[in-house]
Amino acid sequence: MEALQNKAKELLAASAVKVVIGYGKGTGESRRPIFVRAAERAGDLVVDTACTQNLATYLTKAEVRALGRIAIVAIPSTLRSILQLAAEKQLREENVLALAIVDGGVRELATFDAIEEAVATIPDAIGEADQKMIDKLTAMSVGERRAFWADELGRCVKCYACRSSCPMCYCERCTMDCNRPQWIPVASHAIGNLEYHMVRAMHLAGRCVECGTCGAACPVGIPVHLLTFFAEQTVRRQFGQKGGASAKLDYAMSTFKPDDKETFIR
Amino acid sequence: MEANIYKPYLMRIAAITDEAPSVRTFRLEFADAREGEAFTFTTGQFGLYSAFGEGESTFCIASSPTRKGYIECTFRETGRVTSSLADKDVGDIIGFRGPYGNVFPLEKWKGKNLVFVAGGIALPPLRSVIWNCLDLRDWFKDITVVYGARGVNDLVYKNELEDWGKRSDMKLVVTVDPGGEKPGWTGKVGFVPHIVEQIAPPATNSIAIVCGPPIMIKLTLPVLAKLGFGKNEIYTTLENRMKCGLGKCGRCNTGKSYVCKDGPVYTLAQLEHLPAEY
Amino acid sequence: MSERYTITETSVGSFLQAMTASGRRVLGPKLVAGRIEIADINTFADVVQNGQSVVSAKGVVFPKVERLLKYRFEGKNIALEDVEPQAQPTVLFGLRPCEARAFHALDVVFNWDSKDKFFNTRMANTTVVGLSCTQADESCFCTSLGSRPDDTQGSDILLSPLKAGGFVAEVLTDKGKALVALAKDTFQPLADDAALVPPATVAPAFDAKALQQELAAMFDSPLWAEQSLRCLGCGACAFVCPTCVCFDIQDEADTKQGQRLRAWDSCGMRIFTLHASGHNPRDKQSQRWRQRVYHKFAYYPERLGTLGCVGCGKCSRACPVDMNLKQHLAQVAEAASQG
Repeated sequence: MEALQNKAKELLAASAVKVVIGYGKGTGESRRPIFVRAAERAGDLVVDTACTQNLATYLTKAEVRALGRIAIVAIPSTLRSILQLAAEKQLREENVLALAIVDGGVRELATFDAIEEAVATIPDAIGEADQKMIDKLTAMSVGERRAFWADELGRCVKCYACRSSCPMCYCERCTMDCNRPQWIPVASHAIGNLEYHMVRAMHLAGRCVECGTCGAACPVGIPVHLLTFFAEQTVRRQFGQKGGASAKLDYAMSTFKPDDKETFIR
Repeated sequence: MEANIYKPYLMRIAAITDEAPSVRTFRLEFADAREGEAFTFTTGQFGLYSAFGEGESTFCIASSPTRKGYIECTFRETGRVTSSLADKDVGDIIGFRGPYGNVFPLEKWKGKNLVFVAGGIALPPLRSVIWNCLDLRDWFKDITVVYGARGVNDLVYKNELEDWGKRSDMKLVVTVDPGGEKPGWTGKVGFVPHIVEQIAPPATNSIAIVCGPPIMIKLTLPVLAKLGFGKNEIYTTLENRMKCGLGKCGRCNTGKSYVCKDGPVYTLAQLEHLPAEY
Repeated sequence: MSERYTITETSVGSFLQAMTASGRRVLGPKLVAGRIEIADINTFADVVQNGQSVVSAKGVVFPKVERLLKYRFEGKNIALEDVEPQAQPTVLFGLRPCEARAFHALDVVFNWDSKDKFFNTRMANTTVVGLSCTQADESCFCTSLGSRPDDTQGSDILLSPLKAGGFVAEVLTDKGKALVALAKDTFQPLADDAALVPPATVAPAFDAKALQQELAAMFDSPLWAEQSLRCLGCGACAFVCPTCVCFDIQDEADTKQGQRLRAWDSCGMRIFTLHASGHNPRDKQSQRWRQRVYHKFAYYPERLGTLGCVGCGKCSRACPVDMNLKQHLAQVAEAASQG
């Protein structure tokens, strides 16, 4: 923790960055995103196992970008998000400095190549509990799965906390906001909820870095991250492509290869 | 059954006028004649017009309350609802909820000169007032209308402009932006604020009613101030995104004001107390 | 008007049975899969006696989706069908006093000049039995708004726990009386020496009346941009909130018929104020955050005579990035005092 605080102080004092995005103490035992702009506030930065939210969502927020060059405290999923955002041309290398938290200290990763190298060494797996849930859901019949999600999504109020907290949901005009045509009904009834979550999962297939921040953000505890995890795992299995692996775009859903096993498109 | 405040009147489109590219006027008659007979409104008020299946859109009532049996609205095809409305034919049914909002205080203007300044698609809200005032002509002294648009084709109510131009009891000045004139154009050429400056309507005992795109309003207000119009003598009508029109959905709330209840008519003095969030 | 009785925990069970037997639906704060939800209450053991539900009970009188109109397309004609709100008589049992107070803030909006029959019908069919709080958490701030954990405002009956077990039942309205009449024998006269469990201690963090005055001069403060930097612009705060009432109206139709629906909306979302022309009066999150604060703490009291907040803290707990309203407002109050 001290290593990070010192590093942040150093960077801000030298004006190498204009803001350090990291975690700070929140209400009770929680952690919250903080934006440290003055070197003397570097001590507000906290690093511990409670820091699980993927902060990369702020890298595409206009008000944050307007502050200048950003240093961001990067847990593994944040590093992956930076790569995916870079691949989608949403970030300029010179505007983002990743501060990767490693044992005992902090590593400055200033280039996308450096981040790619670092990410390659980090094991991939999602949490055990989540994998168990996915396995359980996969083993269900369609009817059982439908009942499970109808029950869970019945609590959904279409607050879009999931979408807003996701680093990959940066579209200025989301499909949900489009009213010509109104692709997905706005209201939070069964169809309005189901179609939204399905579309979001599809739009994340091959782009999701499996951080789980969407599920954690849901105020009513719907495990929406399982939907995007499943879509992501499916793409990995079928096409060998995954989100957040590289700063060079390799997006299965918009790529056609002549040796594709599906013949209908020929 | 208790009244459903969200239930619109059914209106039949009696006539359609293509005013300008993407701009049209509907003359609407109440499908239920009894509702039509009972219906009244005061100039300045607006309504929410339904394209059933698509939604509702807010337009002023562009006709005068002195003309019974119909109401009119003028709109530009911009989004989902207006595009659906623009597709409709004479005889089709749309919805109307209203009248909502506050009014232009014609009683307060008795005995005064009136100067109307409008730009482009912003003539419709003032057209209601202008006709209302012309129908009560002896209430007021001089009536001047300065109206401008980007080009000749963009002028709305072209037939009425002709009529107004011929009337001896009002002064009409029509202008187009430099470059917007066509061969044979006999009106002025110049931006509305410049034309107002040229005409220099006297401010003594006068009321100015201004409506136009933000840039036109921004440049016209200093001209009027220079001429001596006070902040309580300049009126405008605002637009803001609306859904309910009844002060409940919160969308049009600007500062402590709800444009659907405290507006859409505001004096400049009132406007200056609102944050620029409209 | 108020009459005071005692009721034992066992008797509460009989009271609940009597309510259900009368055809009323009884809802209250209940633990469901580890979360406190407003759900069906069958026994008193179901009721969570302290702690806040995640989503407020406002859905009972202002559902997240409500049909306002139906219509059919018949050639050139439209056949409009009015909608009658289906409101089963409901008892909200064991509600936090802050939530009970919130219905007034909804009422003043839905009855501001024009009367919303959907809200009114549902509200008329709802009886509120509040339960005083003996515990609070760090997000609660009812006392900063001139209220208290045992506030009677908005409750038809308020239950407060007794040290010796059971509750004092304060019957405050005719609706409350009607409910008591269903199970008269479960209510006993109140003994003089009945000692209440002290209500929760909630230290005030700021003063709402002072805040309302201070806000007048703070519209252009840089504080709004600072506080809202981490705000994601979602609707979690607005949707869990018992007083938030902003809504959208949406048509859903096919070629034969359609309906006009009302749906919860949030001023925090970017497209809330977006004009069809593309102009957005509140394009920055800082403007939207400021709007939330001003609407609840300045405009509501000035125009509607009541605060647009009850200090329940649900917004703070639901926020994915910990926008703690109590903390933010305390910060605003402090900035104001520093001039």
